[in-house]
Amino acid sequence: MSIQDFIKNEVTSNDVVLFMKGTPQFPQCGFSGQVVQILDYVGAPYKGINVLDSAELRDGIKQYASWPTIPQLYVKGEFVGGADIVREMFQAGELQSFMNEKGIKVAAKA
Amino acid sequence: MGKEAGMEAAEIERLIKEALPDASVEIRDLAGDNNHYAATVISNSFKGKTRVQQHQMVYAALKGQMGGVLHALALQTGTPEG
Repeated sequence: MSIQDFIKNEVTSNDVVLFMKGTPQFPQCGFSGQVVQILDYVGAPYKGINVLDSAELRDGIKQYASWPTIPQLYVKGEFVGGADIVREMFQAGELQSFMNEKGIKVAAKA
Repeated sequence: MGKEAGMEAAEIERLIKEALPDASVEIRDLAGDNNHYAATVISNSFKGKTRVQQHQMVYAALKGQMGGVLHALALQTGTPEG
């Protein structure tokens, strides 16, 4: 299975996927840690994938969404954004409504 | 400061304006290490584009430096009307 197939499979078989540096328990980059905090705060169930586990994955994910940085958040197979966009959406309350729209239970008020 | 990895703020601004001539660009140095910046880019060419597309346009302007030489660029993008 190519790395692109692996990524496609992960983002289509999991509702919410966060490609990050480190793990949700031990983020190894400030930006990844920010998105983990936001997802935990809104209570969105997600799968964390540590791109540091494989250089091929670390580069492959950047090609997949033609997005040059990590972390990357995917909801229902769709690339939502990196740390900036997720934080901006969260602060505007858009992240919660976006998740609800996609059928993912999160705390509405947040 | 030696010319180690990273990019000068002026270089980032120049590249963005080269790709988005009408853009107003404001860059804040977050860590003083030529590697962690926040940038606000306002341009008419963002009109009708999603946030992801707007950021991708700025990354494209930086010609592959983003994520490589330049580690962190916290982006805020928008059109003149906001």
